[in-house]
Amino acid sequence: MAEFNLPQNSRLTEGKAWPKPAGAKKVTEFKIYRWNPDDTANPRTDTYYVDRDDCGPMVLDALIWIKNKVDPTLTFRRSCREGICGSCAMNMDGKNGLACTTGIDECGGKGKVAIYPLPHMPVVKDLVPDLTRFYAQHASIEPWLKTTTPAPEKEWKQAKDDREKLDGLYECILCACCSTSCPSYWWNGDRYLGPAALLQAYRWLIDSRDEATGERLDDLEDPFRLYRCHTIMNCANACPKGLNPAKAIAEVKKMMVARQV
Amino acid sequence: MSIAHRATGSALYAGTLLIALWLIAAASGPAAYETAQWIAGSILGRLVLFGYTFMLLHHMVGGLRHFVWDLGHGFDPQTRTNLAKYSVVVSGGLTVLVWIIALTR
Repeated sequence: MAEFNLPQNSRLTEGKAWPKPAGAKKVTEFKIYRWNPDDTANPRTDTYYVDRDDCGPMVLDALIWIKNKVDPTLTFRRSCREGICGSCAMNMDGKNGLACTTGIDECGGKGKVAIYPLPHMPVVKDLVPDLTRFYAQHASIEPWLKTTTPAPEKEWKQAKDDREKLDGLYECILCACCSTSCPSYWWNGDRYLGPAALLQAYRWLIDSRDEATGERLDDLEDPFRLYRCHTIMNCANACPKGLNPAKAIAEVKKMMVARQV
Repeated sequence: MSIAHRATGSALYAGTLLIALWLIAAASGPAAYETAQWIAGSILGRLVLFGYTFMLLHHMVGGLRHFVWDLGHGFDPQTRTNLAKYSVVVSGGLTVLVWIIALTR
């Protein structure tokens, strides 16, 4: 159900402002969500000042700069730093995205950059969300090739235009930017699969080699699992890979109707 | 835009209640109908009616927008932004049109 107030122990407080770098000419202010599971304090937003002449152009560069030069306790996930692993997904300036592919100058309309973990997820620490349920939902759509005919001697063949149907779907890196931008997923994330898992479901539904289309559709035919999508479109706006989960979900809904006529 | 569709949808419950009250008044006799007409004709009443007209048309146009999506069209970034803009412009335009017709007759 929708909850409009945060629980008492989750309310944000103003944190500390860290000193400005000495002698820096171009400085950008960062306001970053901090929460530590090891003490009893409420989450807070700390203010950091980044010397832009000493730092790369991306938000991830700034986070690493802060961790190296100002505050080693700042916690966040990152790995590939080129938008392919999906680890550094977070909420920057009110928009979900990957810190490594979001420029500092793209954020901070008010001269400062606000950084929070992905919305409406349990927080492990600072900018690290707990994505256990998100991954379990992906597993629940059984994202692998399912067949009943005997396996061919070599590979399963696919025509060129059938392969093209997977474009715009296979590129998903499961960063969770889309699902955590979806209000429907915020309120019903325990029962609604969310855009990421549903885009993956569609990826297998239209794979010409897959032979479990009927079972897959049966599994999705549920007022919550699929039909909590109300075409809000936040998912498509949030996706850092430019994919369109809303369209994929609409296609699944069309398949549901098509098999009944 | 999604939340505007929901908000207008909920507000229409209250609007429909007002229409029902007006019908009840009409069914109750000339005196009650006279009172209802006076309320609807007052400045506040007209303001509420204007708001109701806009919400009704906004929700209708929004419904058409969702109908297009349900058919599997209009998902690319430019089109979906345009659809949002159009639905405000069209519903606003239709509201003004309805009121021009209502006030000039």
